[in-house]
Amino acid sequence: MRSKLLLQNLLRFPLTVPAPAPSEAALAELAAKVNDNAQRRLGRSLSIREVDAGSCNGCELEIHALNNAFYDLERFGFHFVASPRHADVLLVTGPVTANMKQALERTHAATPDPKWVVAVGDCGRDGGVFAGSYACIGGISAVIPVDLHIPGCPPTPMQLLQGLLALLEAQ
Amino acid sequence: MSVSALQTVLEVGQSVVEHRPWPRVVVTVETWNALIEGLSGGALTMLGLWGEMGMAHLALREDSSESIVVASLPCPDGRFPSVGRLHPPAQRLERTMADLVGLQAIGAPDHRPWLDHGRWPVRHPLGAATTPIGILPPYRFLPAEGESLHQIPVGPVHAGIIEPGHFRFTANGETVVRLEQRLGYVHKGIESLLNGATIDQAARVVGRVSGDSTAAYALAFARAVEAATETVIPDRAHWLRALMAELERLANHCGDMGAICNDAAFALMLAHCAVLRERILRASAACFGHRLIMDCIIPGGVSADLPADGVKTIQALVAEIRRDFPPLVDLYDNTASMQDRTVNTGFVRPALIKQFGCGGIIGRAGGRTFDARRQPGYPPYAQLQFATALLTDSDVNARIWLRIREVEQSLSLIDQILQRLPTGPVRVELNSPGQITEGMALVEGFRGDILVWLRLNADSTVARCHPRDPSWFQWPLLEAAVENNIVADFPICNKSFNGSYSGHDL
Repeated sequence: MRSKLLLQNLLRFPLTVPAPAPSEAALAELAAKVNDNAQRRLGRSLSIREVDAGSCNGCELEIHALNNAFYDLERFGFHFVASPRHADVLLVTGPVTANMKQALERTHAATPDPKWVVAVGDCGRDGGVFAGSYACIGGISAVIPVDLHIPGCPPTPMQLLQGLLALLEAQ
Repeated sequence: MSVSALQTVLEVGQSVVEHRPWPRVVVTVETWNALIEGLSGGALTMLGLWGEMGMAHLALREDSSESIVVASLPCPDGRFPSVGRLHPPAQRLERTMADLVGLQAIGAPDHRPWLDHGRWPVRHPLGAATTPIGILPPYRFLPAEGESLHQIPVGPVHAGIIEPGHFRFTANGETVVRLEQRLGYVHKGIESLLNGATIDQAARVVGRVSGDSTAAYALAFARAVEAATETVIPDRAHWLRALMAELERLANHCGDMGAICNDAAFALMLAHCAVLRERILRASAACFGHRLIMDCIIPGGVSADLPADGVKTIQALVAEIRRDFPPLVDLYDNTASMQDRTVNTGFVRPALIKQFGCGGIIGRAGGRTFDARRQPGYPPYAQLQFATALLTDSDVNARIWLRIREVEQSLSLIDQILQRLPTGPVRVELNSPGQITEGMALVEGFRGDILVWLRLNADSTVARCHPRDPSWFQWPLLEAAVENNIVADFPICNKSFNGSYSGHDL
């Protein structure tokens, strides 16, 4: 059964979509922040630690999708890691709930320099539909410095890919 | 407690006329206590427990008569007799009522805060809001005593791409002696945001209570609004809503099947299931304009009709899944090393499932037949043929098989919907009753039954809305499921539950 499945997939055309062009908006946002030092150290391989700081789980589903055969994030040198100590990029979602603020700050502090912070989703930009709540700080940049915003509710995997590719390109 | 407990309530209590479709009755302390006994005796199942200033609400279902009622106990002094004292499923809900509204459950066995971690600028945001004084004492985890025990704290930031929560394991070597959950990290103050919101604003917020169940939440909210305003929506809207809800179920079940197997390091299954899931999301985007079907179900109907080639797109999707899914089922069925991890792992006693009124996959994999699509039911499911999938093994393996059965069931439902989709308009204007009205809805999401209760002001803004996620009655059972399993099996148990953090934390 297993070998048949594997064989079939070897003979089939791959599902993977061609690489999209990096997002223009993301390139513009990053242009000011490029640092030669970061480029030399990080090269073209970036480890990502995802942090949910109060998301509805919608962004997480689409970030998950980056790993499927269609988007195949790892072909670009990105991969998800389990600890902030192994990460170059923090991919943060959610309107930063008051109850997650400290955990986010600690995760950021545990990530070695040089590092990038990417705020994902409309919530990550300004709190989205949860802006104004007593329980939300509203926007990742209100808690830790953000290098790039990828808006959307949630952003599609293609939009996420365009944003992340801009991160490589900008270096 | 007599058999017709709910009947007694209806006769003695004062019925609230503007509450639809099920009765809401203002009850006395005596009746409230009788209801608690009904819950602890097993004649009644709790559907929800929430509060507002001066009032505690308890939504109940009598299993024998399949009737549903909301009992409301006035508590002008902010105190009410604890339900959790005799009926443990109510305990976390009562701790939440204390945190959010300031209502005290008298006699409750656990007075620790639940969602309030002492980080908000306000106390009792849904009650008489005050500024917090001082800091909350450190959270006391329940003790586990004995020789050679050690604790493993996990989270709130987890290793995977998942939501945050804290798990405190006490283990004896590899064996879990006690797991205690600490949730509330993603509390966004959703109920407060809903107070005073317009129906459109509120629909967008409720659609984001748990992003994986956005269609089901939007459906529950829309049905509650339509019940309150007595709005009758077109037939075609009902059928399109069911189509969206079944696509959402299909996508999540496929994703979960891969994710559970991946937690046993069977990455091949994840790779294939993720492809199926992606195809479903792409078809959803093509037909409804959003991959997760967000904001497509709205009070009054659906936001847009299917495009011209919509039926064809979904038929092609169904054919693809029918072709690609069975080999994956065979693969699971014939991989002994995988089943070695799932069979007899994470067993939940069916008695506990019944007591907690635990719905969805976990309930139906443990012998509880409840499915909100069937009972209380909502259109168009009465016109569709589907048998409730039911298993009794109540372990991780059973929860995988139940998902498999429900994937097949959703495919069949989608087929039937596409064949018989009525023509006509897809939305209507909501009625404006010009007075205070109340509505409630119970909808079957992929995770289980979602309850939405709301009260609308005379100007049709939201006065109070309470969405209750199925996870409230599932998370506590995970603590029971992992007991005596090895620590390394926790991820696979957890994934087989797939509780919602965001839906629970609100």
